[in-house]
Amino acid sequence: MPSRTVAVASASGLHARPAALFVKAAKAQPVAVTIQAGGKAPVPAGSMLHVLALSAGHGAEVTIAAEGEGAEEALDALAALLGTDLDATSGHD
Amino acid sequence: MTEPLRGIAAGPGLAAGPAHRIAARPALPPAVSVSDVDAETARALGALKTVADDLGARAAAVAGTVAADILDAQVMMAEDAMLGEDVAARVGAGTDAPHAITEALAVHRAAFEAAGGYLAERAADLDDLRDRAVAACLGLAMPGIPAPGRPFVLVAADLSPADTAGLDTGQVLALVTAEGGPTSHTAILARALGLPAVVGCAGALDIPDGTLVTVDGTRGLVETGVDEGTVAGIRAEETARRARLSATSGPGRTSDGHPVALLANVGSAEDHLDGAEGIGLFRTELRYLDRTEAPGFDEQVEAYTRVFRAMPGRKVVVRTLDAGADKPLPFLFADGEPNPALGVRGLRVARRHPEILRVQLDAIATAASAAGADVAVMAPMVATVAEAAGFVARCRAAGIAKAGVMVEIPAAALRARPILEVVDFISVGTNDLSQYTLAADRQCAELAELLDPWQPALLDLLAMCARAGAETGKPVGVCGEAAADPALAVVLAGLGIDSLSMSARAIPAVREALAARTFAECRAAAAAALAAGDAEGARAAVG
Repeated sequence: MPSRTVAVASASGLHARPAALFVKAAKAQPVAVTIQAGGKAPVPAGSMLHVLALSAGHGAEVTIAAEGEGAEEALDALAALLGTDLDATSGHD
Repeated sequence: MTEPLRGIAAGPGLAAGPAHRIAARPALPPAVSVSDVDAETARALGALKTVADDLGARAAAVAGTVAADILDAQVMMAEDAMLGEDVAARVGAGTDAPHAITEALAVHRAAFEAAGGYLAERAADLDDLRDRAVAACLGLAMPGIPAPGRPFVLVAADLSPADTAGLDTGQVLALVTAEGGPTSHTAILARALGLPAVVGCAGALDIPDGTLVTVDGTRGLVETGVDEGTVAGIRAEETARRARLSATSGPGRTSDGHPVALLANVGSAEDHLDGAEGIGLFRTELRYLDRTEAPGFDEQVEAYTRVFRAMPGRKVVVRTLDAGADKPLPFLFADGEPNPALGVRGLRVARRHPEILRVQLDAIATAASAAGADVAVMAPMVATVAEAAGFVARCRAAGIAKAGVMVEIPAAALRARPILEVVDFISVGTNDLSQYTLAADRQCAELAELLDPWQPALLDLLAMCARAGAETGKPVGVCGEAAADPALAVVLAGLGIDSLSMSARAIPAVREALAARTFAECRAAAAAALAAGDAEGARAAVG
């Protein structure tokens, strides 16, 4: 299955706003995407509750995976999002 | 009209409108067996959707703020398809909707708790989600700040900072709480926002939602079951009062010209300063909160300069770091204290970390020399003459001309005269002085009446401080919630207090109260208050 492993770039980790932005983007993909961190079982990337529970901090390596038509493009887009410091792009301090 | 409810006056002014209560958390009803699985599933999923829509609307109303981010994250949890599937599966197995939602969220709550740290703190968001969804299932009002769609009087048991983070002052006319005292969070918030408020009002929670009420935050009265005509009359009276107050200006003085400086309590240059003659309490700890180490010299100079520049040529009294007790700082307090209010807090922190005070005094001196304000510095939590003298010596070494101390500990009030002989001024912090004099925790709602600033023991200590000021010819100020009470301000002026520092929004009402009396009348009011046997009697004697 196509996959990407990326270090979480957001300063606060995959929490709060960065997590919300990531989950929204994952839900918008045409394919189902899973995310895995810390040796735990993969969880649906479109589930806010499961993504938060990964507790992936800044610099943590996460692996996203997907299968089917558009999977490669979806993974590229989500990997780019994970590799961006989403706290730094926030609309307020 | 029924007998008015009595409470503690906590924010001056009048308001009238429908009362709406912060709904209590719903209790989970006993489990019932599910006969129609499809209908029960629809009830459970409908409740989650109702919650998501409601939180989404609240988030939209505060778009662009940190509160909106938290609400958005909660919306996404309520909308989580995995949660919906789990809930539906539980209902399919025979669990009713409220229990299915509670059990499904409990799984995630356990995962959050197990992860610890930031996520463990977010467990409260899941609890809130659960309470809202259960309320929606049961057809009850959503917990949290109500949104009746018209301006209303907010009624609650008590208000926490979380409750009031996104409080819309365009919708909330007044605050009424069943618990809380004059220095509770609700009271401080009300004065900062300029909202009339009554706290410690037993019976407030029995007012049915939507009942028209009037709130007299100056006298501490709430009348229920009034008619529309009364509401209109009160609103007109309040509008006229505000217009009259906004027309008052200039320095504080009695009708015969005895001056009482009216100063503002602030935490940063962004705080409301209109109408203040200067700043009587600049709280510097805001810059230290949520930090892993003390802010550096340059950062401090910049922050202080911005406040000093807001008050060109005027008085600014800077309080040095007041950490500890209700304001713990992780870099200073690694080890817990058994009783933080009586522990190493305020100036006492400098015993362990003298460099933090030294850097702060240097930063204040540097900022003061550049900015052109009349800067003075005072230390919090001083108990002895030796501590006061030591602080003044450090200030002089840093090049600060005016150095004083706060009087918050009864020991310092009792020794006001010898302390004034070694400092340039004192400022009485009535909130902490109440707490320590009456041995009543400021955060303990049950003891609210002991924290009433009209308590005779507190008035006696204030009188001692004022007398010591007269004897030594040095200024004595008051910076605490007591200074914001117009009737008590008259008493303080009569005692001989030279300056009153409060939330800037409270200044107009205090200015008006002083201007309505001669200094002799203020002195008579002070004598009457001191002669009264209890707080209620003192308040009534001044009337």
